[in-house]
Amino acid sequence: MSENIAFTPETMTQVHKIIARYPEGKQKSALIPLLHVAQKEFGGWLAVPIMDYVAEILSIQPIEVYEVATFYTMFNMKPVGKYVLEVCQTGPCMLNGSDGIIKHIRETLNIEVGQTSADGLFTLKTVECLGACGYAPMMQVGDFYHEHLTNEKVTEIIALCREGQLALD
Amino acid sequence: MSKKLLLKDAHIEGIRFFETYRKHGGYEAAEKAFKMTPEEITEEVKTSGLRGRGGAGFPTGLKWSFLAKPEGVPRYLVVNADESEPGTFKDRYLMEFLPHLLIEGMIISSFALGANTAYIYIRGEYAWIVDILEKAIDEAKAAGFLGKNILGTGYDLEIYMQRGAGAYICGEETALLESLEGKRGNPRLKPPFPAVKGLWECPTVVNNVETIAAVVPIINITGAEYAKIGVGRSTGTKLISACGNINKPGVYEIDMTITVEEFIYSDEYCGGIPNGKRLKACIPGGSSVPIVPANLLLRTINGEPRYMNYESLADGGFATGTMMGSGGFIVLDEDQSVVKHTLTLSHFYMHESCGQCTPCREGTGWMWRILKNINAGKGKMEDIDLLWDVQRKIEGNTICPLGDAAAWPVAAAIRHFRDEFEWYIDNPEALTRNYGLANYADPIPAVAQ
Repeated sequence: MSENIAFTPETMTQVHKIIARYPEGKQKSALIPLLHVAQKEFGGWLAVPIMDYVAEILSIQPIEVYEVATFYTMFNMKPVGKYVLEVCQTGPCMLNGSDGIIKHIRETLNIEVGQTSADGLFTLKTVECLGACGYAPMMQVGDFYHEHLTNEKVTEIIALCREGQLALD
Repeated sequence: MSKKLLLKDAHIEGIRFFETYRKHGGYEAAEKAFKMTPEEITEEVKTSGLRGRGGAGFPTGLKWSFLAKPEGVPRYLVVNADESEPGTFKDRYLMEFLPHLLIEGMIISSFALGANTAYIYIRGEYAWIVDILEKAIDEAKAAGFLGKNILGTGYDLEIYMQRGAGAYICGEETALLESLEGKRGNPRLKPPFPAVKGLWECPTVVNNVETIAAVVPIINITGAEYAKIGVGRSTGTKLISACGNINKPGVYEIDMTITVEEFIYSDEYCGGIPNGKRLKACIPGGSSVPIVPANLLLRTINGEPRYMNYESLADGGFATGTMMGSGGFIVLDEDQSVVKHTLTLSHFYMHESCGQCTPCREGTGWMWRILKNINAGKGKMEDIDLLWDVQRKIEGNTICPLGDAAAWPVAAAIRHFRDEFEWYIDNPEALTRNYGLANYADPIPAVAQ
């Protein structure tokens, strides 16, 4: 494990609080919450040394972390841009024009789904239903939902990102 | 007629906070419950006829009564807030606007079940709702409704939030428990049921957010009064999240005596179809339940009006009926392609299959690839039968219901819209056009707008 991977003392306090939610010996339950914390703290994705570090904190085998991290779609297994645009493409969003929104982002940023822009600012992802069907079409950026999307609204959001003004958490 | 039990105070400013919630009668049900015995509370829930609001509709009181109570073994309540069924966004609304209703329901339910620790397993994407609920938990604790020796009763309860990380399968209760234990969301074989061996092999009740919230009005007005609302075995009120091609998408609380026609066309609910279009089809209970064409949605095969309740929506079985499911109500207007819509759903299930059972892991991919070919203008007529054959081989052959949930939408689309599949295969150049209503026309004439 790389020596320079470590949570800040503030984050470590949060980590211990999370582990305390479970009975003694059941600390593995903290794995998914801790991976969220780690992904946020270490640049938006989970490199192997980071997963090993989480395994060490929880006294579990690294493989137990890998198998979980690769199962859940919110964990990124490779580097992503600062702003990950996650556009819902499932039925109800499709009925309300998500295809057009995806096309608009592809053309505006000149990237395909799954790619990151050359400046490292944006990654475009399509995702499955995020529970915003009544407010479709929608996308998630960071911790927040952006709903009732139109091409104009997407253009505004992208501009906000470029200015560093879009809240992520 | 609209009757509100859960959302009656949703419009009040500040109802998200303890003080306002309390001022409007909040936590009175909890106070009342602490004067009852756990058995009496469970009896009230049984009498109410409340059925699980997550989709399966299993009687809640009965589920509670199955909870094993061995000496010295902790019991747990786990609230399923993993809401991921396409078309469903009702729990999100409840948690976002009425977090204390869920917390109060959890206090009463945990007391009835004898649980001293309860978890809310929430889908990872609802990140901001975690903050709302954690604040509500802190407020309730500061007011003495959580923590040690609640209201001097000697009863202790802690509630914790647990965030998932993007996996539809974790809405299945045993997959949820696996995930809460820090593992992949692979559903468990049943039995043993969670009521006997659940979280960390301890007796556990897993209930949906709306189900637990409904316990509050049940204690307030009594189970007998709750049971008088609605009809037959569809008692109480139900949250419906309506979306797709309607004028007023959103979350509505209905008592289950209104017709589907009223729900879609009245201004009190969906407000009709936009742009003067006509109704083509609807998936009334979340993406897993069968899609039905307009004529069968509004009337049963016997010509009776169809109502928004468990029994009426299921009338006719899968041949001509559908299901209430989670209440995720998806409306398709005449411009929509059922084939393309089914393609997106098949992609969803392929993506969300946990991969544990071969029929589901392989079958969902097959279905998606066949549908993709048809949608790309490369379909062959025998593909329709192949699709039918694949879905038949998934249904009933998997550990958990995700297999059925993946098979049913495809089966229903072929059952009712086979002509549309054939038309797309025969006319690949027509893929950009709309097949329209064909012979399953909406019996309601278009409204000029």
